Amino acid sequence: MQAQEKLNLLKYYRQMLGIRRLEEAAAKAYSQQKIGGFLHLYIGQEAIAAGAVGATEHGDYFLTSYRDHGLAYAKGTSARACMAELFGKETGCSKGLGGSMHFFDKPNNFLGGWGIVGAHMPLAVGTAFASKYRGDGRVTLCFYGDGAVSQGAAHEAMSLASLWKLPIVFICENNMYSMGTPLSRTMSVEDASQKALAYGLERDRFEGNDVLLVRDRLAVAVKRAREESRPSVIEIRCYRYRGHSMSDPGLYRTKDEVEEYKRKDCLLIAERHLAGYGIGPEDLKAIDDEVKNEIEDAVTFADESGHLPAERLPDFNYVD
Amino acid sequence: MPVVEYREALRQAMEEEMLRDPDVFLMGEEVGFYNGAYKVSKGMLEKFGDKRIIDSPITECGFAGLGVGAAMVGMRPIIEFMTWNFSLVAIDQIVNHAAKIRQMSGGQFNCPVTFRGPGGAAHQLAAQHSSAFESYYAHIPGLKVVMPANPKDAKGLLKSSIRDENPVCFIEGETMYSDKGEIPDGEYTIPLGVGEIKREGTDCTIIGWSKMVNIGLAAAEILATQGINAEVLDPRTIRPLDEDLIVASVKKTGRCVILEEGYPFAGVGAEIAYRISQRCFDDLDHPVARLTSMDVSAPYHRQVENSIRPTPEKAADLVKKVLYLG
Repeated sequence: MQAQEKLNLLKYYRQMLGIRRLEEAAAKAYSQQKIGGFLHLYIGQEAIAAGAVGATEHGDYFLTSYRDHGLAYAKGTSARACMAELFGKETGCSKGLGGSMHFFDKPNNFLGGWGIVGAHMPLAVGTAFASKYRGDGRVTLCFYGDGAVSQGAAHEAMSLASLWKLPIVFICENNMYSMGTPLSRTMSVEDASQKALAYGLERDRFEGNDVLLVRDRLAVAVKRAREESRPSVIEIRCYRYRGHSMSDPGLYRTKDEVEEYKRKDCLLIAERHLAGYGIGPEDLKAIDDEVKNEIEDAVTFADESGHLPAERLPDFNYVD
Repeated sequence: MPVVEYREALRQAMEEEMLRDPDVFLMGEEVGFYNGAYKVSKGMLEKFGDKRIIDSPITECGFAGLGVGAAMVGMRPIIEFMTWNFSLVAIDQIVNHAAKIRQMSGGQFNCPVTFRGPGGAAHQLAAQHSSAFESYYAHIPGLKVVMPANPKDAKGLLKSSIRDENPVCFIEGETMYSDKGEIPDGEYTIPLGVGEIKREGTDCTIIGWSKMVNIGLAAAEILATQGINAEVLDPRTIRPLDEDLIVASVKKTGRCVILEEGYPFAGVGAEIAYRISQRCFDDLDHPVARLTSMDVSAPYHRQVENSIRPTPEKAADLVKKVLYLG
């Protein structure tokens, strides 16, 4: 058990570090104009992605909004496919047609990557509906932000999931700011998990910077979905260190606040867990180097890949 | 050949496809226990059970999105809007999600969902229940828009729409559900993107779809008594449009009158007229003419409402106008 848990922790740590370095490389590439448009970074929220993957099976469906790189990477999309997609290259996970906001990876059951806040939530209810209809045992994890909680589609989704007892877990990654607007100015009831009460659903609510806690608490909701086909509404309190996107100067919060959250960084907490298993600074450095190489390779790969020309676009309108 | 009502033709299509493919299901308001708001799905709950005929709460965005998500993972949903007026609550799911999944995902996912229900006006349902929205959906790459005008087309086109791997907006005619017509015996489908000449003629091409087909045919009867031989063309699929059929007809007759139930500005007729102007410029003896509803929201009073709609008489007059016959 202990030996397995140590391996798990190492895996989660590697995933979280991979996300961290991937996002940092993306930010750098953005400033070099290799990435354009919107870029929403997951830095600070990594433990949610790693914990969620740790709590689920490969066949389970993940859907999320546009802050999707970390979840896709943890679900199995390669750093190369992520970076190439960010650079708009044909070797990207969406053939460069989607960009940052539209990562898709069918073999890894990562179902997007969506740009309309909250609107993907009925889609997630649809994949859960399909699972129940087929009896295939899959669970759908539907991620959304605190901003999405006010959207009509979010309520319609929870309402249907509850009514029809679908195998879905709604996970609100509450980083406490919708772009520049804090919770107190967007939600009359700041506890996003309370929405569960309106639909007769089970709920949970916890801090999202300890990957083991995230995994174990999500596992309860995943089990409920898989074995009882009952949805849950989970609020995970987290924090993004960067702005909403690259164009956000972050004037709505203080540097002190950001520093305070960095002291509770998910990587630091995981390192403390790892120390308990005898994993020390030298081992961590080896992992760091490995990740560094992986991300540098991904950037080179993306740089050297070509892009789909416009003449190919009509091919994607219809399946013939 | 059996004679059936339009609504029954649609039901046969759905039942046949559900027997053929276990991944097909029907979801919408009142489709099950109520037997369908317009009795299209009558008896289907008994036949297929509540796993596959699903009564939904009033949550268009929710159940349309559910259909999109289920289609993404390979199911084949039929999502019914009680009328297409209510589809606007779900338009984001159709336009920003169903239509765009294939491209955004680099071709990994497609969306074989059929959205269906009655479109256009009935009688005295007033402003919010009377709109023809095919132009909204025909505007969007990635969607198909299909509009059958009779039972034969309704059944054949609905079967094809359900089998299609792309999202289809299948717009029926609310006042046509009781229309009777012959349908072929046995299994048949009608391909999408293929129009039909409903009446052969020589003097003018009347283009109409859905309810306007019967208006056009009635206009042709009026004109026949006056020695004018009109051709009536039904595109059947609005997007993708059977442009070649239209061009061949207009090249033959040299004149075109488009009948459209919807509002005039940026309607489907405007697109058709543009295409004709591009490909038939030298063949036209008169600019393409268009008869639409008045550019206003639908009023409630019966005669006032009737007076804003295309009629066979107005259509016949417009054909004579493009023939310079007054």
